[in-house]
Amino acid sequence: MPRYLRNLIIALVILAVLFGLDLLFQGRTISPYFSRILMLSGIAITMAVSLNLINGFTGQFSIGHAGFMAVGAYSSAYFSVNYGVNLVNALGGGKLGWVVALTIATLIGAVVAGIAGLAVGIPSLRLKGDYLAIVTLGFGQIIVVFLNNIEAVGGARGYSGIPIVKSFFWIFLIAILTIVIVYNIVNSGFGRALISIREDELAAEAMGVNTTRYKVMAFVISSAMAGAGGSLLAHFDGYLNPKSFEFIKSFEILIMIILGGLGSIVGSVLGAILLTVLPEALRGFAEYRMVIYSLLLIILMIVRPQGLLGSTAAFKNWRRRYKKANTRPAETKTPESLGEEKPQ
Amino acid sequence: MSTFLQQLINGVSLGAIYSLIALGYTMVYGVLKLINFAHGDVYMVGAFMGYYIANGIGARGAQAIGMSTEGALARGLLGGGTLEPSLITALVVMLLAMAICAAIGVIIERLAYRPVRKYSRLTALITAIGVSLLLENGGQVVFGADPKFFPELFKKRNIDLVGGASINSADIIVLIIALVLMVLLQLIVYRTKTGRAMRAVSFNLQSAKLMGINTDRIIAFTFALGSALAAAAGVLVAIRIPRIDPLMGILVGLKAFVAAVLGGIGNIPGAMLGGLLIGITETMVVGYLSPTYKDAVAFAILILILLFRPSGLLGTVAQEKV
Repeated sequence: MPRYLRNLIIALVILAVLFGLDLLFQGRTISPYFSRILMLSGIAITMAVSLNLINGFTGQFSIGHAGFMAVGAYSSAYFSVNYGVNLVNALGGGKLGWVVALTIATLIGAVVAGIAGLAVGIPSLRLKGDYLAIVTLGFGQIIVVFLNNIEAVGGARGYSGIPIVKSFFWIFLIAILTIVIVYNIVNSGFGRALISIREDELAAEAMGVNTTRYKVMAFVISSAMAGAGGSLLAHFDGYLNPKSFEFIKSFEILIMIILGGLGSIVGSVLGAILLTVLPEALRGFAEYRMVIYSLLLIILMIVRPQGLLGSTAAFKNWRRRYKKANTRPAETKTPESLGEEKPQ
Repeated sequence: MSTFLQQLINGVSLGAIYSLIALGYTMVYGVLKLINFAHGDVYMVGAFMGYYIANGIGARGAQAIGMSTEGALARGLLGGGTLEPSLITALVVMLLAMAICAAIGVIIERLAYRPVRKYSRLTALITAIGVSLLLENGGQVVFGADPKFFPELFKKRNIDLVGGASINSADIIVLIIALVLMVLLQLIVYRTKTGRAMRAVSFNLQSAKLMGINTDRIIAFTFALGSALAAAAGVLVAIRIPRIDPLMGILVGLKAFVAAVLGGIGNIPGAMLGGLLIGITETMVVGYLSPTYKDAVAFAILILILLFRPSGLLGTVAQEKV
């Protein structure tokens, strides 16, 4: 079977499954509370996987992801409120109209966030490590302050009246698209360039990788996907508030990917679901909920610092073993089996 | 002119407080290369400790520690709300809060940061975020989520200056105490053996260890020192603006951190300078532009500084070794 045919079949199967599940959700067979958590997990997956591209695979530590999510959310919401509703009516007010309007809104969110990513990325990606982290944090915070002052989108009161589209199909379609895009990037020449930057930027530069260019590209793609995630959030609740995009939100997404394991897509998905479900699961503890949540986070970092499915530690181990293997050629090990070892 | 002078006075007073917090960030970064996100929350805890101490732990508490409940100080501090405003009370409240927070700082280091020190710096950073969340949420449970009002520790009054500006006595006290603390810190870091060990650890942890320095103890001491300064800042802030709540440390902590980076992180005089600059620019923006943009200003300065002078104003450029 040719490759494109196989991919086409996989895509169709995924679409069919999503569509079936969507019908199930519309039929109210599943409680609204459960479906809400599930959909929020879907949005979280989009955010976590996109952040993993820049933090996990490129090794550039960005903690301003919520800022780009905000840019995407607000720009797509602005489109939907001012043009989207008219567009739907012009197309007859049916399902097709919504699909078109929503696609355009998501694309606008992604493109505007991508442009914001470009504007932030070009100057700040010259910095490294902690400094990059602080600058991205600063940009994220500045975006929030500006949103607080733009009256056209409600300012500090928040932006209400966004058309609500609570669609399981749509949210998970974007989440799966994000995963597919990141997966394909990572397994391409472009992805290998990104990973080489993470492993050793200087060596990558020496090998002819245009590090600045690749870093900015990864940053823009990551921001654009965050923007798409933001547009999902905007249409999910129908209300946006600058407060919900403060740096604490960026930390939340960061914790997801670190908990899941940097540089692991499956880990990001797992971390996103876990961190969305966990605060809900702890509701029984009432006001101690967030205390337990933060304690769990600290304990997890102490007992499993590489995250649940981390590969950075595996890479370090692998390199050390590689040296050993060179001196003792009899020993052969696969990188997979080494990943389970704890780093020293 | 009078607006300028007034905003300058306010700015210097606010900046002195940012400086005190920034010192904690810069010292911890110096020895551990860790952005201690929980530092701003230690400052919050300091303000609350001051609040509880000032409001009195009750006469029983005084008897328990064998203190006479007769003296004015004991009545003021421990007599359950019958606080007598005086400078001495303010000082004692501040020193006690500093001592408690120093202990809290050491405990945080021992329980949360030391176990992850051998792992990557990223792990340590996430742990710091975890500790920060723990203090914020724990604070909301223990202290209550609603804001509290700090008692008046000494009588405040306005002193008129030439040019129409006026200075509050609280601002003068804040400035004097902050200055004294900074001078003390300078003496500790540059004139004592422990201070020399601290500088050695921040220069190179491995070599310091080889020279026979007990690095664990020095790191713990650094946390104690930084946390005590944060607690002092907490009490001083509460003297200026008596409204305290468990989330007050987030933004102030972030700005103090910006101040530390601005001055050159790891550099002690830099943190003081950075704090003053951030404080003055912030009050100037409030006075001349719009108060709504005051939170963006600190970050805008930060970004400009990092883009044109990444090592900060007083920092030295680290040579990259290949």
